[in-house]
Amino acid sequence: MDFDLSKPQKLLKESARALLARECGVGRVRELMETETAHDEGLWRALAEQGWTGLSVPEGQGGLGLGLVEMAAVAEEMGRACLPGAFLSTLFASALVERAGSEEQRAKYLEPVAAGELKATVALLEEGASWDADTVKLRATRDGGGFTLYGRKLFVPDAGVADLIVCVARDGDSLVLMPVGRGAEGLSVEATPSMDATRKLYEVTFEGVSVAGSEALGADGDARGALRGALEVATAVLCAEMVGGMQWILDTTVEYAKTRQQFGRPIGSFQAVQHMCADMLLMTESARSAAYYAAWALTEHDPAARAAVSVAKAYCSDAYREVANRGVQVHGGIGFTWEHDLQLYYKRSKSSETLFGDATFHRERIARLVVDEG
Amino acid sequence: MDLNLTPSEKEFRDEFRAWLGENVPAEWAGGGAGSEDRAEYVEYLRAWQRKLYDGGWAGISWPKEFGGRGATLVEQAVFQEELARAGAPQLIGTIGLSLVGPTIIALGTEEQKARYLPKILSGEEIWCQGFSEPNAGSDVAALGTKAVRDGEEFVVNGQKIWTSFAQMADWCLLLVRTDSEAPKHKGLTCLLADMRAEGVNVRPLRQMSGDSGFNEVFFSNVRIGASQVLGEVNKGWTTAITALMNERANLGSGIQVVFKRQLEALIARSKTIERDGRPASEDLLVRQKLAQAYLELEILRLNTNRALTTMSKSAVPGAEGSLQKLYWSEMNQRTQQAAQEILGPYGQLKGFDKGTWEYAYLRTRGNTIEAGTSEIQRNIIAERVLGLPKSY
Repeated sequence: MDFDLSKPQKLLKESARALLARECGVGRVRELMETETAHDEGLWRALAEQGWTGLSVPEGQGGLGLGLVEMAAVAEEMGRACLPGAFLSTLFASALVERAGSEEQRAKYLEPVAAGELKATVALLEEGASWDADTVKLRATRDGGGFTLYGRKLFVPDAGVADLIVCVARDGDSLVLMPVGRGAEGLSVEATPSMDATRKLYEVTFEGVSVAGSEALGADGDARGALRGALEVATAVLCAEMVGGMQWILDTTVEYAKTRQQFGRPIGSFQAVQHMCADMLLMTESARSAAYYAAWALTEHDPAARAAVSVAKAYCSDAYREVANRGVQVHGGIGFTWEHDLQLYYKRSKSSETLFGDATFHRERIARLVVDEG
Repeated sequence: MDLNLTPSEKEFRDEFRAWLGENVPAEWAGGGAGSEDRAEYVEYLRAWQRKLYDGGWAGISWPKEFGGRGATLVEQAVFQEELARAGAPQLIGTIGLSLVGPTIIALGTEEQKARYLPKILSGEEIWCQGFSEPNAGSDVAALGTKAVRDGEEFVVNGQKIWTSFAQMADWCLLLVRTDSEAPKHKGLTCLLADMRAEGVNVRPLRQMSGDSGFNEVFFSNVRIGASQVLGEVNKGWTTAITALMNERANLGSGIQVVFKRQLEALIARSKTIERDGRPASEDLLVRQKLAQAYLELEILRLNTNRALTTMSKSAVPGAEGSLQKLYWSEMNQRTQQAAQEILGPYGQLKGFDKGTWEYAYLRTRGNTIEAGTSEIQRNIIAERVLGLPKSY
C-alpha cells in the first residue's frame, strides 16, 4: 500500500504549480473576476498546451488518458491558484460525453476539448436547486426524429463562455442528455452575478431549442448512469481543487502568524492562534486524504468509490469553509478587506461548498449507502 | 499511489485472518461495560495474549531476533484491522508490546532484553507506565518522584498518577528524578520497577465511568537495583521520549476498528428504536448524524493509511501521531454524543445494550485528556509541524 503521489505524479503537480504561478498569479485572477466570463483565452491555451484540458480524456480522442489521481494533483494546484474560468465545467461535460456519447460523438466533442478548442458545461439544476438528477423537470419533447427543449436551467457554471451546453432533460420517465451549441436558436444565457466572481453562474433558458435525434447523448439508455458517473468524477476533482485552496489559506495564515507582531511577540506564539492553525492543518490534511482516496477509488473502479466521493465532498465542503473562517480570524481586520487575497478563497470556499451538492446532500447519500444498504 | 495491499501484505493478511478464524475466543460473557477491571476478565485477556504468542502473533512489529516478525507498518495496521474485524478481545499487554518492549529493544542491556522481552510477548508479565504525577501532567518533565543512589540500589519515594494497568501490572516503566540540581529535563532516569516490591502501593482511581482503569501508585522507600536503569542515569528524558514516540507511532489502526464496530452497532440500533413512530434510521436528522459519524471514521482510516506511508518512507515517527491522536479523540467524543442523541434517554440506561452506550459516552470524555491532552497535541502540531514560535 502506498498512499502517496508517485514520482511522475509529483512532477506533474510541481509543473502545474509553476505554470499557474506564472500564468495565473493572483493579480490576473483579480483582473479576470472583473470580466464578464472570467475566461482568459491565453491562459486556456496555456493549459491546453500542457495537455491538461485533455488530461483525463482517453488517448483515442486526443487526450493524455491519465487517471483521476493525476487530474486531482493538477486540480489541487488550480485550487491553490484560485484559477478562474471553465476548466471544471468542461471536465464535467467531457466526463459526461465520454460516458454517454457514441464513438462519433466522443470524437466530435472530446477531440476539440483536448485541443483546447472547446469549452463546455452541464445544465442540470432547476428552480428546486437539487443535484439529484431525479428532480429534473425540463422537458425534451419528441418532435419528429428529434427533440425540442422548453424550460429554464439555473446555476449553470460558465455557460457564458461555453461552446457546448449539455442540458439534462426529461423524456417521459427517462433522462436524456441534449447537447446544445452556443448561439443555438431559442437559447438564451443570462449571467446571475454571485459571491464568487471567479466562477460565474448563469440562467439558461431553452425556448424551443431543437436537437436532432442523432445528436442526443446516451440515446442507448443509460443517461442516468452516465450522469452519475460524470458527477462523481467532477466532484472528486472539485474536492482536490478545494484542498489546494485550503493549503493556500493555511500557508498564508501560518506565514502571517509568524511575522505579525502584537504585545511585542509574533501572534503565532499565542496558543489561541496556534490552535486555530493546528486545526486548519488537520482539516486540510484530512480533506487531502479524502479527496485523493476518492480520485483513486474512481480510477480503480473500486466498489467503494461512490461512498468515497460523498465522504470527500461532505468533508471538504465543511472543511474548506472552516479553514477559510479561521484564516480570516487569524488575520484580523486585514483579512476582512477587499485588498487581501483571502477574500477570493473565502468566496471560493462558499461556491465550492454548494457545487455538486453540499455536506448535507452528500451525508444523505452516505446514509443511503451505509444505513439503508449497509 | 496505490492503496491496494501488495501481494506480500495480502499474504500476511490472509494468513492472520485464517489463524484468527480458528483461534478467536468466544466473547467474554462475564458482564457488561465497566466491569473490565475484574480479575476473571484479566485472566481471559491474558489467555488470549498467550494464544497469540503461541501462534507467533504477539509483538509482530518487533525484530525477529527478539521474538517478533519484523512486520512493516502496513502489516501492523493490517494486523490491528484483522483483530477488530474478527471481534478479537483487546491486548492486555499493550503497554509492554507497543511502548516498553520497543524501548528496551532500543536502549536496554542484553540482560534486560533476555529477562523482560519474552514475558512481555507471552503476556506473562503485564507492564504499566509511570510518568505522570499529581504536579506533573502535561509538563511531565517537572516530575518530583525521587530516586536516591544507595550503593548498588536506588531508593525511590514519590507518587505517580493516572497509571493505567497498574492494578494488574507486574512491572512499571518508571520515570524518576535522580538529580534535583540539574535543569528539569536533565535530572531524570528511567527505571524498570517491580510492582510487587515492598513499598509499592496501588490505589485504584475510580473514573467517572465507574470503572478503575487507572490508578495512583505510591513509592515509599522502594529499593530498585542499579541494573534496572533503562538507558543512562540522568538521561531518562531520552528514554521517555523514545517510549512516547513508539506509543504515538501506534497510529490508532487498532482503535479505528473498535470504532467501526461501535458505529455498526449504532446503525443497527437506529433501525430498531423508534423516532416519531418509525425507525430512527429513517429520520433525516438521524441519518445526517450517522453519515457524519461514518465519514469522520472513514477519514480516520484514510489519514492512518497516509501516515503509515509517510512513516514508512521517513522511518522516524514524526508529528503524525499528534495529528492522529487529536483527530480520533475528538471524533470519538462527537460520535458518542451523536449516539446519545440518536438513542435518546435509552442511551443513558445501564441496562440498555449492557450499558455500552452509557459507558462509552463517559469513557470518551477522557480521550482528549489521556496520552497528551488535545491542547498539548495542538501545541506540538503548531510548533513542530507548522514551525510557529514556542508558546512556553
